[in-house]
Amino acid sequence: MSAGHRYDAIVIGGGHNGLVNAAYLARAGKRVVVLEKRHVLGGAAVTEEIYPGFKYSVCSYVVSLLRPEIIRDLDLPRHGLEILPLESTLTPLPDGDHLVRWADHDQTRRELYRHSPRDAEAYDDFGKLMYQLAVAVKPILAMVPPDPTSLSPKDLLGFGRLARHFRGLGEEQFHALFKLMTMSAADYLDEWFETEPLKATMSASGIIGTFLGPRSPGTAYVLLHHYLGEIDGAMRAWGFPRGGTGGVSESIAGAARRFGADIRTEAGVAQVIVKNGKAVGVALENGDEIRAPVVVSALDPKRTFLEMVEPKDLPDDFVDAIRRFKIRGSSGKVNLSLSELPDFTCLPGMGPHLRGAISISPSVDYLERAYDDAKYGAFSRRPYMDIIIPSMIDPGMAPPGKHVMSIFVQYAPSDLDGGWDETKREAFGDAVIDTLAEYAPNLPGAILHRQVLTPWDIEREMGLTQGNIFHGELTLQQLFCMRPTVGWADFTTPVRNYYQCGSGTHPGGGITGASGRLAALKILGGRPR
Amino acid sequence: MLRTTPFHSRTAPLCEAQNWRRWAGYVTAGSYELTHDREYHAIRSSAALFDVSPLFKYEIRGRDAVRFLDRVVTRDVSKCVPGQVLYTPWCDEAGKVMDDGTLSRLEDDTFRLTAAEPNLRWLLDNAPGMDVEIADVSDSLAALSLQGPNARSILGSASDGAVDGLGFFRLTTARVKDVSVTVTRTGYTGDLGYEIWVDASDAPRLWDVLMDAGGPYGITPAGILALDVARIEAGLILIDVDYVPAHRAIIEDRKSSPFELGLGWTVKLDKGAFVGRSALVEEKRRGPEWELRGLEVSWESLEEVYTEVGLPPQLPSVAWRTSVPVYSQGKQVGYATSGCWSPILKKYIALAHLHASHSRPGTDVHMEVTVEHQRRRAKARVVETPFFNPERKRAAK
Repeated sequence: MSAGHRYDAIVIGGGHNGLVNAAYLARAGKRVVVLEKRHVLGGAAVTEEIYPGFKYSVCSYVVSLLRPEIIRDLDLPRHGLEILPLESTLTPLPDGDHLVRWADHDQTRRELYRHSPRDAEAYDDFGKLMYQLAVAVKPILAMVPPDPTSLSPKDLLGFGRLARHFRGLGEEQFHALFKLMTMSAADYLDEWFETEPLKATMSASGIIGTFLGPRSPGTAYVLLHHYLGEIDGAMRAWGFPRGGTGGVSESIAGAARRFGADIRTEAGVAQVIVKNGKAVGVALENGDEIRAPVVVSALDPKRTFLEMVEPKDLPDDFVDAIRRFKIRGSSGKVNLSLSELPDFTCLPGMGPHLRGAISISPSVDYLERAYDDAKYGAFSRRPYMDIIIPSMIDPGMAPPGKHVMSIFVQYAPSDLDGGWDETKREAFGDAVIDTLAEYAPNLPGAILHRQVLTPWDIEREMGLTQGNIFHGELTLQQLFCMRPTVGWADFTTPVRNYYQCGSGTHPGGGITGASGRLAALKILGGRPR
Repeated sequence: MLRTTPFHSRTAPLCEAQNWRRWAGYVTAGSYELTHDREYHAIRSSAALFDVSPLFKYEIRGRDAVRFLDRVVTRDVSKCVPGQVLYTPWCDEAGKVMDDGTLSRLEDDTFRLTAAEPNLRWLLDNAPGMDVEIADVSDSLAALSLQGPNARSILGSASDGAVDGLGFFRLTTARVKDVSVTVTRTGYTGDLGYEIWVDASDAPRLWDVLMDAGGPYGITPAGILALDVARIEAGLILIDVDYVPAHRAIIEDRKSSPFELGLGWTVKLDKGAFVGRSALVEEKRRGPEWELRGLEVSWESLEEVYTEVGLPPQLPSVAWRTSVPVYSQGKQVGYATSGCWSPILKKYIALAHLHASHSRPGTDVHMEVTVEHQRRRAKARVVETPFFNPERKRAAK
């Protein structure tokens, strides 16, 4: 298909950001085509029935910070988006005790009091401070990062706006923000709390998707992310999407189609066609070519710049910067089909704790040891896990009376010593099940089917370089005006008419859709150069 | 002393929140859990089980049952076939709404009418000279409402198959395990759902059977707080909240006609004489002065008024039931009577009485919001109800 300009824009990759991007472009009247390599849409936000009757949110398993403006602009509820509450977090402990944070404030306070009366009160103070900071930081998510090296009025104005957001902060809040930006999650939480499982479970949010441990500096700021979700609390942009995370992708695709976007699956792109430093279309893996005056890549920066285009079309220093961009995969995923619910020794039987998150993070030492394994090229023998039982929240995920379990596992380094293979993958899966069996002894006997994904699998199947779930680590040197690299954080690229809109751009990470939206606004606002 | 319903022995141990609410002299659960979120989401994503026993229920039987009911209610009862259910209001002589409920034609000459308020006297007063018996079965008949996308699967797995093909606003007798019941495909949520009518003595057994069968489908006991959100989304009005029953109104202005409540479709003026008809003929000719509509509050506008005080928009966590002024160009043009944040639509919605001049869908108005003790106004748009109307509500399968 080499027919002239049937489209105004081509979006490479039907992950959630690519779909959001296409939806916004189509909403503005552009003729858009989305090209997805796999047979299903969603990228890492996908639901698949791998074992008959049981639906897995294969990779990404909750929706965290899906931007409310996207929900509204695209009218996603009309296209089936439904986000169900995921209210509690249980941390089972090896000694048979547990720590639960419930939806109800008093219930949580009483539970924390059991572990530490001081922490029970500190928790509220901490929550208030984080909320205030989150309110101050939130506008950044909706802004195209300005270029700090540029003196253009637009960039200066951008920094001016940024300064204004922070000027409103009081002294205490400013200091806290500074600490969050520089400290490790463990150190920062040490200033507030003494309960180990509380500190460990909270600091775990700072290490997800990074190749860092809870004691690595720079991990504290991600604590804020949780509270960013809290701002939209009543809006509930946070929780378990009905039908799994594929439900989110499907609703965005539905909106995009309604606006007229063309969405094709099993249409892998081999190369972006560049003529005279300008993107003019794409060549598909099947040999077809599609031309359009705008090409947008929703792939990660490595693929966007090192695979989709020739290095000769890019400045050397830019290619170097992208090569140095850190995208080490550090996590894996285990999905289980279960004949019965796990029975936790610490809270036996069926109960509301099975409807929330379950975190295997008994202490900061435990997490740091898990990291130690990974630092030296092994997967964690006793890994950190973030677990949910989707069928308890949305019974449609499994046949009546049966269950599915989603286990996010860290660490599983992409550059495992000796490389990954099928034997090592299953050994990793065994480590996960063995660890869990210590807390829920009936689990191994309840498994009907098990899917184990290592970074190796995630790269091969979902196309995420090194299996990094965020398209590049969410560490400070790779955020905001540095994402993916200085000078190119505004969704443009050194190739004219070639744009980037994946999680490797600001603000990146998680099912937010923000990158896809901001890139679309950039494309629509600035005429293709 | 408030009374307990026939399900109390089952609902009481489940009511963790101890959040009991009054309903027609009974206590029923406001919410079972500490927050009602999950109960609400069960209505929309799995199935919720409500105890609706406090409804008033009347059985009307006799050769003149159709003639009698046609005299009382606004719908055309002669067109209601056995096995069918009608939603209908009824009016006083001035054409003002006294109550609303569902009317089930159980057999050729046997009907069951539900009501929110006691109506026995009104029914009896309209019966002279007719061959009809009216019995108040409010106490002897208990009722559960099973609402949500999994409701059909649950009833199907627990019953003899009579319910499988049951159409919207149809009824059937059925056996749920060993319990004899009447099932109507009705509800107050605007979703796929059923109401199950059972002899009070069988009530606990019915609860057990449904909870048991519903477990694998995510059945969740739910209370009034969750129901209130769902019924606003469905655009269903509530007596004493969205309208004052005509015979309780102390001043004339408090009364509403069916046309003013969005119930014009239930008024069958061509069916012959009925209570209130001549007043309604006249009102139809004139056009109603007020109309009940939906409002969608603008998020951007809400964000604006809250940003001024340094807060993100604060949304109501439960549905509100107060009168809130609605303005257009600085003048009050109506008032909202129920409102809530709709978790499924992700919109702030309200039901409002609007002066006919400002009731056209698409009209922009302002609704009062209190922001940090200050009265502010947020933009809102007039829309048709229901706000939420999934296909499964009426779908055959």
